[in-house]
Amino acid sequence: MSDAKLLTPKTSIHTQSPRTKRRNAAETRFKVFGMIAISIGLLMLVALMGTILSKGIGAFQQSFITMEVELLEAKLDKKGNRNLSDIKKVTTFGYTPLIKNAFAKAVKDQGIETDLKTKDMAKMLSKSAAAQLRNVVIDNPQKIGQTIKFRFLANSRIDGYLKGRVSRESIANDKNVSVAQLDFADQLLKAGVLKKTFNIDFIIGADASDQRPEAAGIGVAMMGSLFMMLVVLGLSLPIGVAASIYLEEFAPKNWITDVIEVNISNLAAVPSIVFGILGLAVFINYMHLPQSAPLVGGLVLTLMTLPTIIISTRASLKSVPPSIRDAALGVGASKMQSVFHHVLPLAAPGILTGTIIGLGQALGETAPLLLIGMIGFIASNMPTTIGEGLLSPNSAMPAQIYEWAKRADPAFYERAWGGIIILLVFLVSMNTLAVILRRRFERRW
Amino acid sequence: MFDAPTIGSTVELQDSKITASGVHVFYGDTHAIKDVNVNIAAKTVTAFIGPSGCGKSTFLRCLNRMNDTIDTCRVEGNIHLDGEDIYDRRVDPVQLRAKVGMVFQKPNPFPKSIYDNVAYGARIHGLARNKSELDAIVEKALRRAALWGEVKDRLGAPGTGLSGGQQQRLCIARAVATEPEVLLMDEPCSALDPIATAQVEELIDDLRTRFSVVIVTHSMQQAARVSQKTAFFHLGHLVEFGDTPTIFTNPSDERTESYITGRIG
Repeated sequence: MSDAKLLTPKTSIHTQSPRTKRRNAAETRFKVFGMIAISIGLLMLVALMGTILSKGIGAFQQSFITMEVELLEAKLDKKGNRNLSDIKKVTTFGYTPLIKNAFAKAVKDQGIETDLKTKDMAKMLSKSAAAQLRNVVIDNPQKIGQTIKFRFLANSRIDGYLKGRVSRESIANDKNVSVAQLDFADQLLKAGVLKKTFNIDFIIGADASDQRPEAAGIGVAMMGSLFMMLVVLGLSLPIGVAASIYLEEFAPKNWITDVIEVNISNLAAVPSIVFGILGLAVFINYMHLPQSAPLVGGLVLTLMTLPTIIISTRASLKSVPPSIRDAALGVGASKMQSVFHHVLPLAAPGILTGTIIGLGQALGETAPLLLIGMIGFIASNMPTTIGEGLLSPNSAMPAQIYEWAKRADPAFYERAWGGIIILLVFLVSMNTLAVILRRRFERRW
Repeated sequence: MFDAPTIGSTVELQDSKITASGVHVFYGDTHAIKDVNVNIAAKTVTAFIGPSGCGKSTFLRCLNRMNDTIDTCRVEGNIHLDGEDIYDRRVDPVQLRAKVGMVFQKPNPFPKSIYDNVAYGARIHGLARNKSELDAIVEKALRRAALWGEVKDRLGAPGTGLSGGQQQRLCIARAVATEPEVLLMDEPCSALDPIATAQVEELIDDLRTRFSVVIVTHSMQQAARVSQKTAFFHLGHLVEFGDTPTIFTNPSDERTESYITGRIG
């Protein structure tokens, strides 16, 4: 009895024993570490989103100069017969004087006082301005002789000045823009000729050459991504789901299926560039599929996405309670009926989630595209047919972003951030869709 | 140890529905069922009782080859349904299960509507040519399962939304909808409250007029209430098989007596 008393002295539950104190302290420490970790993560996220938004939001706005251009017949159609082939002979150089005239007129109309020569005024426009004018004239020859209102892109320096990227100090060594032009830009701005507005062309337009960052858009690359995703979805979902169903429900459990299972898990961890070089070797060099085509990109990304889809599909098939299989077999359903009528519908939310996450991964993938040539200034026109969309050279959103980020002009840098915003919007909406689908279907059991 | 059935089964051999002789079941190296001989009579309720792990569920699952789904499971011996070997190479287990239906321990309705749950078997076996025939099958099955009155106004509601007892009766309706000849029930009332249990028991008694029912149960009172024949399993052996009153009042084996009086189990 006295021994027992020694071992367990009488204690009050109102005071913590040293041991309890130590345990509670350990728990508190752990909680604090957890909160610190979460806060660091959230801070990083906020910093990331803040940086992306602040740097990229500018890409959605663009500076435009609106002017009335007189389409002089003497310059554009000397013979005066509106013959299209003759009109086409006038190159963009022939249009530059019209723009100079338009500037001079605008200056006079608005009562702007400036010493700037019209030549230097015209340089404030994007290099695409003359081409824009020419395209309109070629499409509507009857407009020659009329005076028409045009909205031209300002060049990237002027645009940068309006967005605060370019200042009078920063252009000291810049040959493309002068202080006088910036002063003139201020005057135009006051007069309402120069305006910064929302730029839909960034979202739906095509990439532009190094000289015209103001004209570059991500739209065509978006189409490239879309067609790749169609290929990925169309191939990896049926193949992945069929493979998982076979492996999970029908295949005998032996060492061969074990090896396959291990290898699928390993494939999910293979660097994507390896899939890229595989695609280059097999699809382009061996099968001679066209280079830079979204079809090939889609095939490569399919290979990359398959393991993800197979793993998530198998996991969701496994999570279907065996009682459902028993129930189906018990009423005399065949194995296949029990799988397709009962197991698969129950596994569908998991499969969908896995597929969308796999697609999201594929959408953001850049490295394999480098190797199959889906990078660089490739396509300047929207594909018009599905076949063209699949087979004609194109880029993809992440590749386009990479391309912009490596170009020298800071105006492209801004567009890279803008592209990231669009890409993130896509990824977030895909993940949201995944969550909604899961919620929607999960209620059923 | 050979505790073969004695009086009960041999007398009614001519109208036995299922005859099992010398059945052994192995799970890998585990010898789960050891030399079981039993005859399940037509239009009779046969109860399998015994302590947990004695093999009664395993044996039940042999009768419609549900054990086929377990890779390591191996069945030896003869099980005949109407004189035909159910483990014959030519037997398609799917066809067999249409004849020998099963109700499980835990109610497991499909996550579909009540109607679709019951209609499923009829659909896959092609028992109905059109919608009205299917409706008739569903109604008949639900009536037999004593569930029609409770669900007739909400056949489109999900089967999983019913109460436990209703779910189990739904599972019974689903099983009887395909007009099986034998109905196997694996502890059908273990997840149910006493009222639901009473309803299911009453139902089992009704079903006896059309089917052979084999029921595995932990409750000896239930076996005594619903069955005409009782088999007592112990450690993989069929210890005793005979008329239910005999088993419960005058068991011939010492272990049966110990079990029903609560000394082992």
